Amino acid sequence: MPDNPKIELALGPCFFNWSAERLVDFYRGIAEEADIDRVYLGEVVCGKRMPFTDAIWPDIMEMLTKAGKQVVLSGLAQPVNKREREILRQQAGYDMPIEINDLSMVPGRAGQEFTAGPFLNVYNEASLRLLADRGATAWCPPVELPLVSIQKIAALVPEVDIELFAFGRLPLALSSRCYHARAHGLRKDACQFVCDRDPDGMNIATLDDRRFLAANGIQTLSDAVHVAGVTSGQLQATGIRRLRLSPHSLDMVKVAGTFRRFLDGELTCEDLNAELAGQGLPGPVCNAYLAGDAGWKTATLPA
Amino acid sequence: MKSPEAKAMELVCPAGTPAALRAAAEAGADAIYCGLANETNARNFPGLNFSPEELAEGVAFAHRKGSRVLVAINTFARAGDVGLWREAVDTAAQCRADAVIAADLAVLDHAASNHPELRLHLSVQAAANTPEAIRFYADTFGVKRVVLPRVLSVPEIASLNKEIDVETEVFVFGGLCVMTEGRCSLSSYATGKSPNLTGVCSPPEHVDYTEDADGKLQARLGGFTIDSFEQGQAAGYPTLCKGQFTAEGKTGYLFEDPVSLNAFELLGDLSKAGVTALKIEGRQRGKAYIAGVVGAFRKAVDSLSDGGDPGPAIGALKAFSEGGRQTAGSYKKTWR
Repeated sequence: MPDNPKIELALGPCFFNWSAERLVDFYRGIAEEADIDRVYLGEVVCGKRMPFTDAIWPDIMEMLTKAGKQVVLSGLAQPVNKREREILRQQAGYDMPIEINDLSMVPGRAGQEFTAGPFLNVYNEASLRLLADRGATAWCPPVELPLVSIQKIAALVPEVDIELFAFGRLPLALSSRCYHARAHGLRKDACQFVCDRDPDGMNIATLDDRRFLAANGIQTLSDAVHVAGVTSGQLQATGIRRLRLSPHSLDMVKVAGTFRRFLDGELTCEDLNAELAGQGLPGPVCNAYLAGDAGWKTATLPA
Repeated sequence: MKSPEAKAMELVCPAGTPAALRAAAEAGADAIYCGLANETNARNFPGLNFSPEELAEGVAFAHRKGSRVLVAINTFARAGDVGLWREAVDTAAQCRADAVIAADLAVLDHAASNHPELRLHLSVQAAANTPEAIRFYADTFGVKRVVLPRVLSVPEIASLNKEIDVETEVFVFGGLCVMTEGRCSLSSYATGKSPNLTGVCSPPEHVDYTEDADGKLQARLGGFTIDSFEQGQAAGYPTLCKGQFTAEGKTGYLFEDPVSLNAFELLGDLSKAGVTALKIEGRQRGKAYIAGVVGAFRKAVDSLSDGGDPGPAIGALKAFSEGGRQTAGSYKKTWR
């Protein structure tokens, strides 16, 4: 049997409005302790938050790079105004790895390598091929795409590294309306940045008091925490080379360690779910998007 | 750069059936959009949409009435099955459609490479809302028009139009997506089916209503109770983003009230903003609705360009909205 390369772990961009201090501490912990190969940084959800964290990224990048992590700058998923468009234009020209989350950035990248992020609508091999022709060397599929589709695409576009969204509340929707502001009786233009009160998102329940979704400014996430308990062997068979863990307020160093042990065969899928559930998840475990079912459910995944 | 107010805005009207297409053409639609009866279009509901034969006949009928036909092939092709979407583009071209409305890079690429004579419109599902994104589609595929996602205010649309060479089309009436179109998986999270994956949102087979002990009707989607109606109150359809939820200890319409879009009062502003075409939502609607709404918009658009009073036509439209409540949505910045 050919010696397959080890499945890598990546830390996705933080979706939530964490303070600059919190982010610095968080990434220091990742740099010093986490068994993670690649780290995505930057604000992807709301351009209004950017001025609060702009200054911290260069030092964080240096710290992570020195620790041997590959650092990738993630772009804003829904640029709306001139300032945000200008930021994306500049970032597209950076001589460092970037992740594109809105097609606005593709022309500015001018054929240089990039990661196609989960906010891009890439659902089939022909769209991925088209982006690969324009510089995409890695791809994190949209979260609703089932494993069978990812496997077909991986087989047909083998030159692109595929990274599976594997841990965290699922990023489900973007809007121009801010739901944090709306829930607090405010408008987006005078939002008072109330989204900073919910480091894992604002819990949203149904009328029969069942937890369902989570709001994060203009973004809507799942309440449940998606856990892709797919074994290394099955990931390799599917053509997936890396798992993406999305930051939450629990100990992400521990989460990464748990995933590493699962990928190394020390834990079963049941062990993985049970260990993570004991680490303070913001919601119950789910995974059924991978099986092509409703995302909130849990399904048995191929072992 | 386009000169604003160069000509009257074009009226783009929905048709889910051949009868609705004929009604729209008779009522004065400049263009009619419709889809093939499969998952290639974002209104993939039973009993709706066109066979290739119906499409060819519909195009011929519309052309005789002076209307154009735009074929929506606006879902994202399923991995390994891109052929079905490519065939839909081929069918639209064979039926002599005037344009294809597409969102998927794969579909746009096929149309641009194999049917260079076929006009391409960028679907709202592509969510292109910056000059850079729109130019990407124009430069890569020769897209001639972009249907704008409902995230921009009228002044933002005006400023966008100054920076791009392609035409813009905006939704002015009917159902309202609260989330950015093409960037929403709420429906698949609850039901397994979504606009991007399968061309449906909040699908009817996942909807049920039950009466609770107090006689209230509870509306559920995928088993999640997302709306409730008093006895005798008209029960609305539980579309996910227009349901009631609890957050921060308060229960209400967190994302959006059960309102529909009516940008009628903004028609003059949209024209000044350089908008080329006005789109009416509602391919699931019957021919009476189509005839009424299209007729009223025709009068309003004509009176706008003739300097007449659009007031009576505006009044007529109020009766066509769901539950009577309407919003101008993101076109007014305060909506956000």
